[in-house]
Amino acid sequence: MATTTVIKGDKSTKAAVKGRFGAYGGRYVPETLMSALEELEREYDKAKRDRRFQRRLDELLHTYAGRPTALFFARRLTEKLRGAKIYLKREDLLHTGAHKINNCLGQGLLAERMGKRRIIAETGAGQHGVATATVCALLGFECVVYMGTEDMRRQELNVFRMRLLGAEVRGVDSGSRTLKDAINEAMRDWVTNVRNTHYLLGSVLGAHPYPTMVRDFHKVIGREARAQILKAEGKLPAAIIACVGGGSNSIGIFYEFIKDKRVRLIGVEAGGCGDNLGQHAARFHGGSPGVLQGTFSYLLQDVAGQVANTHSVSAGLDYPSIGPEHAALHDSGRAEYVSASDTEALDACTLLARTEGIIPALESAHAVVEVIKRAPRMKKSDIVIVNVSGRGDKDIGILRENLKLDG
Amino acid sequence: MPIASFNQISQTMPLSFPTRPALVAYVTCGDPDLSTTRAVVLAAIEAGADVIELGVPFSDPVADGPAIQRASQRALEQGTTLVDVLKLAAEVRQHAQSTGLIIFSYLNPILRMGLEKFCKVARHAGVDGALLTDLPVEEAGDYLREMRRNDLATVFLAAPTSTDERLKCIAQVSSGFLYAVSRTGVTGARQQLNQDAQKLVRRLRKYTKLPIAVGFGISTAEQFTAVGEFADAAVVGSAIVETIEGNPGKEAESVAEFIKQLLRRQHSTFSSTMSSVSGG
Repeated sequence: MATTTVIKGDKSTKAAVKGRFGAYGGRYVPETLMSALEELEREYDKAKRDRRFQRRLDELLHTYAGRPTALFFARRLTEKLRGAKIYLKREDLLHTGAHKINNCLGQGLLAERMGKRRIIAETGAGQHGVATATVCALLGFECVVYMGTEDMRRQELNVFRMRLLGAEVRGVDSGSRTLKDAINEAMRDWVTNVRNTHYLLGSVLGAHPYPTMVRDFHKVIGREARAQILKAEGKLPAAIIACVGGGSNSIGIFYEFIKDKRVRLIGVEAGGCGDNLGQHAARFHGGSPGVLQGTFSYLLQDVAGQVANTHSVSAGLDYPSIGPEHAALHDSGRAEYVSASDTEALDACTLLARTEGIIPALESAHAVVEVIKRAPRMKKSDIVIVNVSGRGDKDIGILRENLKLDG
Repeated sequence: MPIASFNQISQTMPLSFPTRPALVAYVTCGDPDLSTTRAVVLAAIEAGADVIELGVPFSDPVADGPAIQRASQRALEQGTTLVDVLKLAAEVRQHAQSTGLIIFSYLNPILRMGLEKFCKVARHAGVDGALLTDLPVEEAGDYLREMRRNDLATVFLAAPTSTDERLKCIAQVSSGFLYAVSRTGVTGARQQLNQDAQKLVRRLRKYTKLPIAVGFGISTAEQFTAVGEFADAAVVGSAIVETIEGNPGKEAESVAEFIKQLLRRQHSTFSSTMSSVSGG
């Protein structure tokens, strides 16, 4: 019979503290997946210390993805807002159009190491799906991408891109037919085909080791930005602003600055079209701790613990939970989280297009909203870096539907 | 037939399933509504189910196939909550003193209610234990403590992909019985059982004397009987859920009929049925 001594002293205690960010994180999945997660964790730990693996990844990031990305001084935007000096970290210039490729190359090489040649992924806006399909083409893997049918409608162009790259896109018709439902279906595939399949999860979500591993693959963003701003200005920025869906681009740019206590870290969630449950995806404004899809974090849910539907004009932010490391950064106060509405994001998109000639992804436009609000209240000697996590090409259809342009 | 009281197990002795295989029947509570679930459960007990798994509908059932996904969706449209399921358990308990009652849920509804409150209410309702699909042993510290404090059995899943080290750990923290997942994949009826199940039960047996129930994919009398060759109990879930779905207005009678068919072959010779397992 079981006794309480089992909880203490054996592997359960040791394992229980791994993959935690304060109280958050962990590994809440069906037993069938536990061995695969353990294997992934082991292989990732080995790869991290393997210089050949790191060299190969660095080389691909450089020659294939286009790193380092520029840190661009947004002169006209700065002049218009009459406050802090605004720099843009140009992740939108990467191959496939967003930061997502950083993680896909990392996990792709890891899958190759593990001998798993079938890759599955979920996608919301389609950026992670495209990046996954791209890396699978590059490495010669079979690729299946799950995508909510609502998102397929919103991001038609990316669906075609994935198919062009040789991936199979499977529409998911359950729930709100968005990112969350695509993850459910990808997890069901993984639970079935776990022996030969790697799940290339696209954000700092899910069970350990994903939140840590995906963050590690993206922390190059902040590492570059820190060196670039020191070179350009000789000092650290007063604030870093990034949008937060699952939270991969934001944790990527935040991470190297966490130790720099005077740098404010600001995450922008999707405020959607209202404050009621179901109208937005602002987990820190209406969410509470809970478990979804493998991790314990802030969650938009009802009183009975059912996960709420979410809304955002931007598919990539339209998700009811948030990476567990963000939950810890939120609770400790090290990072602050605000939200931007659909209309604000659409307006910010136009503004950045017209002041700097850069059309950001609707996700990244949420971060631009916050700099528009905040920069005028900051000193002219202050610097703020906005992470432009992706480009807006994929959103042209939505922008055209929503914006009435003159002339 | 004599049925062991599940209530005894958590105190001193493991659950002994009297028939082999015993029948563990799963229903998604609130599908299509709670009064139907109540009628279905009582009919299933009457027809010979030894243990009932009361499924708590969840918005994101990642471990479930299409049948239970649809059932969960219907139950949630009715507004079914964990509180409702526990009330239902208390009602069933009044009518069926000696049937095992297990709450089968994803973790989040339980967390939202609070572990402590859940265990107290469950105990009070006459529930015997729980199985939480997405709670592996590593994360179960607080859960185990509260459940044990309330003399509730903690049933864990074991999978064909579990390492021996994991199986050992799962066996150690389980009480009541162990649930061996017959194959990698989500819940749902299958034509054939494969050999994964038998291998897993053999591996698991090294670490435990508790009864072992095999689940995921069992839908026919042949499969049910075949499971009895190597395990103590068979869990039938999606097939029951599909029976409910396919017989609106006569759910309870249809489930009772289905269960009687499952149990009919129980006492016939086993050897002829083994081919359906080894051929999988």
